[in-house]
Amino acid sequence: MMKMMNRRHFLTSSAKGLGLLVAVTSLPRLAFAGWNEKAFKAELLADAMAAKYPGLELVDSDAVKLKAPAIAENGAVVPVSVKTDIEGVKSISLFVEKNPSPLAATFNLGPANIADVSIRLRMGQTSNLIAVVEADGKLYRTQQEVKVTIGGCGG
Amino acid sequence: MKIKAKVKNNVVNVKVLISHIMETGRRKDEAGKLVPGNYITEVSARSKGVSVFHVETGPAISKDPYLAFVFKGGISGDTVSISWVDNLGNTETTEAVIK
Repeated sequence: MMKMMNRRHFLTSSAKGLGLLVAVTSLPRLAFAGWNEKAFKAELLADAMAAKYPGLELVDSDAVKLKAPAIAENGAVVPVSVKTDIEGVKSISLFVEKNPSPLAATFNLGPANIADVSIRLRMGQTSNLIAVVEADGKLYRTQQEVKVTIGGCGG
Repeated sequence: MKIKAKVKNNVVNVKVLISHIMETGRRKDEAGKLVPGNYITEVSARSKGVSVFHVETGPAISKDPYLAFVFKGGISGDTVSISWVDNLGNTETTEAVIK
């Protein structure tokens, strides 16, 4: 019994210690600009779009260059790049229409950035991949279908 | 975290490879229990005290995330510092010299 107590005491104090460690290492969080939880947790493309970019006019545009494979053998790792010559890009978001949560990433660009970003995404199944560029209070969209042979969300 | 930053004509190309499980929160373990989500939510970069990149990410980013971005105004020898934070509050910061 005593042994049990000691173990418990040890667990609680190490949990507290861990909590403190997390609190300390979380301080750089101040440097982070924020995470749009509502948009990332939306389960439908339209809801994710509305949460991410409420009320902005959306047009399809060839000026948004989306590079992704037409067929992804492994949905767990789908390389995607977006670039554009559109001036004053504020953000670039990637949506996978059929993922459980369509919004995959939002790149927030500043005046120092050139609008040229790459990332690797998970795709659960064959789906439209949508790139949206936000500039001058407007949205520019390009999309492409990616066929997925093996889904990336396993389990 | 592995960072490669190369400059050409004051334009810096940065490639980042982060070691992170990127657990979606939707996967079940062998016992059929949901494995709690643990994924990076933000990655940011600073150079000479100025923010040069910020991305918000969700569970749809592949395990061990790879990112690439480009910024202007860097020279060889400058440093770029990259930090990530995940949904559990873990963070990591790594600095690299621009080549």
